[in-house]
Amino acid sequence: MIPVIEVEHVNKHYGEFHALKDISLTVSKGEVVVVIGPSGSGKSTLCRTINRLETITDGEIRIDGNVLPKEGKGLAKLRADVGMVFQSFNLFAHKTILENVMIGPIQVKKIPKAEAAEDARRLLDRVGVGHQADKYPAQLSGGQQQRVAIARALAMKPKALLFDEPTSALDPEMINEVLDVMIELAKEGMTMVVVTHEMGFARKAADRVVFMADGEIVEESTPDEFFTNPQTSRAQDFLSKLITN
Amino acid sequence: MGVITDNWDLWVDATVGTLQIFFFGLIIALVLGFIVGAMRVSPIPIARWVGTAYVNLVRNTPLTLMFFVFAFAVPVVFEIRDLRLLGILAIGLYTATYVAETLRSGINTVPVGQAEAARAVGMSFTQVMGHIVLPQAARSVIPPMMSVIIAFLKNTTVAAGFSIMNLGSIRAYLSERGENAMVVLLWVALVFVVMVFALSGVQRYLEKKWRVAR
Ligand SMILES: Nc1ncnc2c1ncn2[C@@H]1O[C@H](COP(=O)(O)OP(=O)(O)O)[C@@H](O)[C@H]1O
Ligand SMILES: [Mg+2]
Repeated sequence: MIPVIEVEHVNKHYGEFHALKDISLTVSKGEVVVVIGPSGSGKSTLCRTINRLETITDGEIRIDGNVLPKEGKGLAKLRADVGMVFQSFNLFAHKTILENVMIGPIQVKKIPKAEAAEDARRLLDRVGVGHQADKYPAQLSGGQQQRVAIARALAMKPKALLFDEPTSALDPEMINEVLDVMIELAKEGMTMVVVTHEMGFARKAADRVVFMADGEIVEESTPDEFFTNPQTSRAQDFLSKLITN
Repeated sequence: MGVITDNWDLWVDATVGTLQIFFFGLIIALVLGFIVGAMRVSPIPIARWVGTAYVNLVRNTPLTLMFFVFAFAVPVVFEIRDLRLLGILAIGLYTATYVAETLRSGINTVPVGQAEAARAVGMSFTQVMGHIVLPQAARSVIPPMMSVIIAFLKNTTVAAGFSIMNLGSIRAYLSERGENAMVVLLWVALVFVVMVFALSGVQRYLEKKWRVAR
């Protein structure tokens, strides 16, 4: 069990507001961890601190054993080791699909353009949008955009991928095309942290479910155990609402 | 037309003077404005602080006061005596604050998700700005930036008060030669209209270019 992401006693404040309370979480190589919890519980904040889009108040975060530095070149490099997929896709609006996937390897890893293009086309084929390579993001459906975003993250050959509610902004009929790609990745052994309320995905692909509430990790167990027999009243409460919705 | 042809030497001097102040001042304003604008959105708190302080201090100073500072205080501290150079510095440093603010408001029209996704890919601050944010900000920045540049062109006439020869000072010289001040000023206005027209042409060209690039 080689740890890839190690979060140790991390606290995060927004001004007076205590958004993450003494969070500790280790994700091992090849493990898929689903983070679940009510809105405002700190799930996004946790993802964003893991690749340092947000600073932390105290505690320590290590990626592949390296402590995340505060700012500058070293940080940018470590950040590239952890890919991130956002709820709102965030594809670069002024670049084509192909350029979206190529720009990271070219700019950050200084990979020759031809090689990066070849890589990018292969990744786009893999997520099923190869034929859209020369279009702009706005010309694609949400589901296609999100798959491109996954390809863009994969292009950096990251050690782990973070997904922050990757299907929440999608029309229902597009959710599965994105989840299928993620399940494929999980099977291939990608280390993943996935914030999602998709129980189907959690049951199929997750090794562990982490339940958060009010900035704390309240419960941690296997998907089966969590969904059929939640231990805390907060998790029970949350799940009953999730199922009735 | 006699006003022009009889005093050709002065008109040439004045127009060249205005264009010099404009051209060199613009370079200072754009370069410094980009740096200060970038500082204001940078992840480094000190840079943000310095950028904000510079903009607030200089932008809230009347331009004539800037000229006074550069005409009287700066020569004492630094060994610069060339009035034209001092004038260019004064107006360049002044206009840079407007360039910076225009740039910053353009940057703010680009959704934050764009910069976050670029950072998440591992790009450095300069890469995020150069490849992702500024190209998308350019379109919305061009019209207000041109307004800043046109205002700056007209502001060059303030240099006349500090005996720097330009289109703002030509009236005084021509009055000495017995020309009608009203007629002279109309011609000055006409020259400015022509220059502003040229700038508008540049603006149309840039807007078209960036529209295609999208
Ligand atoms: N930039 C911010 N400034 C202030 N408060 C924030 C900021 N981002 C998030 N928060 C607060 O932190 C809490 C956790 O937010 P978030 O991590 O987005 O929750 P979740 O993703 O679980 O819905 C919320 O109460 C939210 O209002
Ligand atoms: Mg969230």
